[in-house]
Amino acid sequence: MPLPKLTSAPRTILKSGKLVADAWVHLGDDDALPATGDVLVSRERLLTQAEELAARRGAGHRVGVRLTTEDSAQTAAELLDRVDLVALYVPKFADGRFFTTARLLRERHGYQGELRVCGDVVPDQVFYMHRCGIDAFEVPGPRYRLEAALKALGTFSESYQGALDSGPRYRRARRSIARAS
Amino acid sequence: MYQYDAIDQQIVDERVAQFRDQVGRRLRGEITENEFKPLRLQNGLYMQMHAYMLRVAIPYGLLSSEQVRKLAHIARTYDRGYGHFTTRQNIQYNWPRLVDVPDILAELASVQMHAIQTSGNCVRNTTADHLAGVARDEIEDPRPYCEIIRQWSTFHPEFAFLPRKFKIAVTGSRSDRAAVRVHDIGLRIVEQNGERGFEVLVGGGLGRTPRVTRKIREFLPREHLLSYIEAVLRVYNQHGRRDNKYKARIKILVDALGADGFREQVEAEWALIKDSALRLTDEEFERVRGHFAPPPYRTLPDSDGAVAAMSLGTDRGFGNWLKQNVKPHKVPGYSIVIVSCKPTGGAPGDVTADQLDGLANLAETHSFGKITVTHTQNAVLADVESSRLREVWQRLTELGLANPNIGTVTDMIACPGLDYCNLANARSIPVAQRISTTLDNADYLYDLGDLSLKISGCINACGHHHVGNIGILGIDKSGEEFYQLMLGGSAGEDASLGKIIGRAFPSDEIVEALEQVLALYIERRTSPEESFVAFYRRVGAAPFKERLYASA
Ligand code: SF4
Repeated sequence: MPLPKLTSAPRTILKSGKLVADAWVHLGDDDALPATGDVLVSRERLLTQAEELAARRGAGHRVGVRLTTEDSAQTAAELLDRVDLVALYVPKFADGRFFTTARLLRERHGYQGELRVCGDVVPDQVFYMHRCGIDAFEVPGPRYRLEAALKALGTFSESYQGALDSGPRYRRARRSIARAS
Repeated sequence: MYQYDAIDQQIVDERVAQFRDQVGRRLRGEITENEFKPLRLQNGLYMQMHAYMLRVAIPYGLLSSEQVRKLAHIARTYDRGYGHFTTRQNIQYNWPRLVDVPDILAELASVQMHAIQTSGNCVRNTTADHLAGVARDEIEDPRPYCEIIRQWSTFHPEFAFLPRKFKIAVTGSRSDRAAVRVHDIGLRIVEQNGERGFEVLVGGGLGRTPRVTRKIREFLPREHLLSYIEAVLRVYNQHGRRDNKYKARIKILVDALGADGFREQVEAEWALIKDSALRLTDEEFERVRGHFAPPPYRTLPDSDGAVAAMSLGTDRGFGNWLKQNVKPHKVPGYSIVIVSCKPTGGAPGDVTADQLDGLANLAETHSFGKITVTHTQNAVLADVESSRLREVWQRLTELGLANPNIGTVTDMIACPGLDYCNLANARSIPVAQRISTTLDNADYLYDLGDLSLKISGCINACGHHHVGNIGILGIDKSGEEFYQLMLGGSAGEDASLGKIIGRAFPSDEIVEALEQVLALYIERRTSPEESFVAFYRRVGAAPFKERLYASA
């Protein structure tokens, strides 16, 4: 059963601040493994098909894991040496657990690779997601939603609290050097 | 009060631009109502019965005269000439049009105001003691801490989609006027070995499952304020229930884990972040505290005796007002004036544009240009020279804001109820109005003494009925409005939840039932010194039940 709102390859995604072509294939647990290409699989499949997927990586194809909002950062951290990409699947945009998962994966578990969000991604959440360390966004729906997401990255030019992109205001250089606007 | 610097201003300006863009996309159909809903809610925009409602943030209730004039202007230009003070020290407008909201937000931004996070499943406006900075029993002014929390919580990227709304309150006084024990997090400023910090309380709240907070930390040194709150929010964001919105508040998680289990998780998380950049610096405390420096008070003789003497004078109206609506100030020669937004027969908390303008002017001439909104839906002129109280009283009387009823049963809280609210079972405001008209007898009110009455139009408890000494809850019985009576609640340092006394009353009997409750108290109290809630705690529900239901 395909997950709602997952986009299919080839697609355009927002990645590292740009709209780029992307070919990662989301595999369901019962989908056959294609001969080549980069695949995203569930945590269960990553574990049950461990050897096959490891061999695939060895052959130069990339493998990513698609976590759900039920999975904690700790769970994700245990999988990091098996994957080239971590995707967080959001079933409903209001389920904000993934913000914490993303942040901890970066800050606490030191994950440096691509951290992608997919599923019910609303463009207006992208600013917050990015601050939590997510750097790639699959945005379902018409192209203008993807463009809105790109624009949303720059919604605010300053933030009060610390996150992945900057420390808290009170620890940054003097406040009085605010840009004149 | 806190003054924006260029960055603060830029953030609210960018918020206006963001919302303008979102409204535009919504109107063009580029985002669905389902997606738009949390976006508008995080800007305080609700869909009500007849129209949108816009809730404007008033951080810890504090306003300048200039801001109050802007609120009056908005009421006149974009609404029907009035606004409504809320139980989170905010103001809401009941009739804005969606297309106007970006302009309203721009107007607000021009006076350093906004509607950020006044609704939605995020950290809401942090509230404080409305006598902050002037109360005699204050250890420290809580507002600098509230401002620090406000900045930290504004657009916090990790906590914008929590399981449910999240409310924080801070008090710096021994007596609790901020109802901290019914908040998701309540902070009490305390001192330990000469060091300032907080007692941390979590998991309070009203609604369907009312809870008083549980204490999870005796003493939190102040530099750890943000790291500790962040730890609490992080545990909640990960583990709070998301399957049922009525079980999603943090109080349910604290129930499930127990206070000890919850504390363990918070402390484990906190240990990992307490010495991170979240640790507050002395420089930041000083910077923010500098914004709340006391106004330039004059050196005046103590005025307690003079105020007491005036209150016994021949002018009963003025005397009553002094006794009820004027409180002692910590600086000699000054008094605190509570502005009653509970006129006889009026809707609690409603203020007209003209009243707002009048208040702004009065604050400018008589109280250093500042006004504080209270969570009991009144306002405060915090720094009035006692020798000028008569002028203030006259002016407030002209404005219809001098009803001498503060702290009495007619100084009640009422939610918007069925007149405005989609979720309501029954009307609140007309009941409040009838009670206020029926009990409009100063001698009787003063004889009853301090007594809080709180009315909600449904179980969501926006009118805080559980923590009223007397609470009234609207329910629906096969399409008819009925009201349950609850007794024995308190929102103060002795917080307790009221209990339903018995079967509900139809609308035309609820006021009389209330009168019976009051009459029983007057007849049976040991002396006028025994407050209603003390009386209830002594005698219990039985005599009230007998009085209310025996004849049936
Ligand atoms: S208590 Fe109920 S009726 Fe009153 S405002 Fe809240 S939701 Fe509406």
